[in-house]
Amino acid sequence: MDALSFVYWVISLVLAPLLLGVINKTKAFWAGRLGPPLLQPAYDLIKLLRKGAVYSKTTTFVFRAGPVVSLAAIVMALTLVPLGGRAGLLSFQGDLVLFAYLLGLMRFFTVIAALDTGSSFEGMGASREVQFAALAEPALFVGFAVLAQETTSLSLSQILSVISIETWGQSGPALALVAVALFILFLAENARIPVDDPNTHLELTMIHEVMVLDHGGPDLAFILYGAALKLWALGAIVTHIMLPVRTGIFWADGMIFSAGMIGLAIVTGVVESVMARLRLTHVPQLLLGAGVMAVAALVLVWR
Amino acid sequence: MALLLGALGVFVVSGVTALCLSRSPRWATLVGSGGAVVGSALGLVIALMALFTGGAESLRLDWSVSYGSFFIEIDALSAFFLIPIFGLCGLAALYGGGYMGVYSGRRALGTPWFFFHLLVASMALLVLARNGVLFLICWEVMALASFFLVSFEDDREEVRQAGWTYLVATHLGTAFLLVFFLLAGREAGSLDFDKFRPGSSVTANVLFLLAVIGFGTKAGFWPLHVWLPEAHPAAPSHVSAVMSGAMIKTGIYGLVRALTVVGAPPLWWGWLLIALGGISGVLGVLFALAQHDLKRLLAYHSVENIGIIALGLGVGVVGVSAGAPTVAVLGFAGGVLHVLNHALFKGLLFLGAGSVLHSTGTCEIEHLGGVLKKMPWTGVTFLVGAVAICGLPPLNGFVSEFFIYLGAFAGMVSLGGGEAFPFVGVIGALALIGGLAAACFAKAFGIVFLGEPRTEAAHQAHEGSLAIKIPLAALALSCLLVALLAPFILSVMVPILSQLTSLSPMTVSDSVRAGPLWFIVLAGLGVFALIALGALGRRWVLSRKSVTKAVTWDCGYAQPTARMQYTASSFVQPITELVAPVLQTRKHIVFPQGLFPKAALLETETPDVARERIFRPIFGAVRRGLSRWRWLQHGQLQLYVLYIALTLLVLLLWKLG
Repeated sequence: MDALSFVYWVISLVLAPLLLGVINKTKAFWAGRLGPPLLQPAYDLIKLLRKGAVYSKTTTFVFRAGPVVSLAAIVMALTLVPLGGRAGLLSFQGDLVLFAYLLGLMRFFTVIAALDTGSSFEGMGASREVQFAALAEPALFVGFAVLAQETTSLSLSQILSVISIETWGQSGPALALVAVALFILFLAENARIPVDDPNTHLELTMIHEVMVLDHGGPDLAFILYGAALKLWALGAIVTHIMLPVRTGIFWADGMIFSAGMIGLAIVTGVVESVMARLRLTHVPQLLLGAGVMAVAALVLVWR
Repeated sequence: MALLLGALGVFVVSGVTALCLSRSPRWATLVGSGGAVVGSALGLVIALMALFTGGAESLRLDWSVSYGSFFIEIDALSAFFLIPIFGLCGLAALYGGGYMGVYSGRRALGTPWFFFHLLVASMALLVLARNGVLFLICWEVMALASFFLVSFEDDREEVRQAGWTYLVATHLGTAFLLVFFLLAGREAGSLDFDKFRPGSSVTANVLFLLAVIGFGTKAGFWPLHVWLPEAHPAAPSHVSAVMSGAMIKTGIYGLVRALTVVGAPPLWWGWLLIALGGISGVLGVLFALAQHDLKRLLAYHSVENIGIIALGLGVGVVGVSAGAPTVAVLGFAGGVLHVLNHALFKGLLFLGAGSVLHSTGTCEIEHLGGVLKKMPWTGVTFLVGAVAICGLPPLNGFVSEFFIYLGAFAGMVSLGGGEAFPFVGVIGALALIGGLAAACFAKAFGIVFLGEPRTEAAHQAHEGSLAIKIPLAALALSCLLVALLAPFILSVMVPILSQLTSLSPMTVSDSVRAGPLWFIVLAGLGVFALIALGALGRRWVLSRKSVTKAVTWDCGYAQPTARMQYTASSFVQPITELVAPVLQTRKHIVFPQGLFPKAALLETETPDVARERIFRPIFGAVRRGLSRWRWLQHGQLQLYVLYIALTLLVLLLWKLG
């Protein structure tokens, strides 16, 4: 735990919504549009925070607690993630388990808040969310296992500080497989195409968006901000694997990291522009595919 | 030791008194419930003291039974298992005092209290026993007492059926234990545990397999678990809580105790435990997902959690035999701590389900809904239990699962290569179990407690008396406390871990201290602080703004009804469809017909696949085989006398010849 890690943590908390802005700009560019301003996600949050709230008569405290607990879980999870080439605010042996389970806590409360409305739409979204999460979880853990085996470490910060250009030289194929698997999980966990479509407002085609259909005002702001942080946290892990360059100079590492994150956002935007959302019945195959890639990577590491 | 026997005496005395007071339901309940609470409190204090002081104390009295001796001992392992037994049983007894009132007038209440006391006393004596005969007697008393408790409502056909299944299953398990003790005793020449010596590797292997089957039947390893989903829902809820939280743990206790006496484990023991644990865990949670009876669902989660415990023990055993102390300590720590954790949150969940059953008269998930508003205590505590059992931070379930993960990761990294494959299996299985358990409890909590009441029964929901609310709150609080005091609890567990891993306490406590427990606690506190901060922030931004109420968004449909809500079956349908070949759910569908359809019907039932595919054929074959000899039985007394005479004659001839 050091001061610079804290600085990165705070900067991440502030900048996280921008990543969405980059994705949206990319998609707009691809479609030949001008697109919303880069800061639009931040404007949305400010607008929502200034609104009042309307609650369904069906709901209980669970509905109100959902966004708060989810946001708390993801902010805590972000302290475990290495940012800008530096160790996370908290790092210890096994923090990758805590990281995955904090995401689980976030999901659980989003799901029960959705069920609290008694709405069929939200039940449907919640049902899909838990199904895909149950399939994504083993893939994520096997992916972590590969990284742990490769670097003989059980801490996210250590793992990602050990991975370097030389590691890529030695076991490039395994790392590439893991990186792809984690990128698929990054898309799935963050409700992006090809798993979920963040743009459509047709309830029946959505997963994450439909779960938060009844949330409004500050509650929705909490949820959107939490989603942005999740995008940032998982994105940081993928970026650190794909771009293992560290100079040891604070501002240089920061620039490299930012460039990596923007690159990841652009790739995500491109994926969303060139692909359609998969049929829901095909999503499990995609997630299992990510799992198989992680297992294959493990075999490569062992060889 | 004398005090501990005194606590057991309190159980026996108040149990018999309750039986004698059977005529007056009020007095029977008062004595039954009060006696159990006093006895448990006394026992709990003694167990905690024994655990903290760390010294083993024993008592050996002669007994006129051949090979038997009244040899009891309280060491750290016994004391640790006494904590869930006394802690949970005391709270369950208090709860039972409020719960059994429903039956007053309809049934004699002295009898169930008598058997409840007998069950608690036999479980406690079981973990203290250090002699094979004494152990088996306690084992049998425990099985019979719980059988009578399971078949309490014996006017219901399904309850009798469940009791029968349980009785058969438990005795099949006991048969293996009988052989286990005979074999171990033959090697040692005595049935006292301290005389047992590690024999040849063949004997050790046979003993281990016998222990896995015999104790595994009680614990509920797949496919020996078939009695669990029958017996737990049939019993009164406080008994279900005791059976699931404490009684099946005696199976784990037996297995762990056996590991300490049968000698150094070869690698494959650990692999077997890991395989059994993974299968039990994954299949347990999959079948839980398909259930629509709340208590049956919880019973399948017991199978899942026993699987998690077995995974932990398996990692520990592999660590011991591979000579990796850290792996061994972490695996056993996770497995043994999960015993306590499961007792807390499963006890809590069964009691919560009991409260719902008590006030609505149904445990059918599809018939409930919106219960949280009417039963806030039960609802909030059930939510705590649900978060804990899913292994989510910042509650206790996460701590034990974290240790097992850490052990598996450490084992994988240190072994590497094909040797490490079982550890990757542990990691994958735990992750899959975690994801599916979260799905299952989102369903159980979400459909039962949230939304709108689906039937008239759900409208009837109301909170129970204080005797019902206090145990729920106490268990929920202890789920939190165990998580926050985890480093402290781990330091108390050092003697146990040192006994299981044959490492010096110093080495063990170094491995434990090297563990990142304080970070877990810090992160847990951090989550709570952030939640508080978020709640305050939310209140601040909402102050002086309009906060109004409306209906849930309904697509502009004019007349939404409660029946239009998503159901439990539809919630889990994507997952159950994915694993349909495993679940083999039976469906009965009547499709809507014509232009103006009236009635349509969908019934699903997911019977246990092990029961249908493994045990039913086996028992069928046994019955067919034995029915060939049915001609021997005519029901005529003369013939039977003839059989006896003939047998005697044959024996006489054999003796003479």
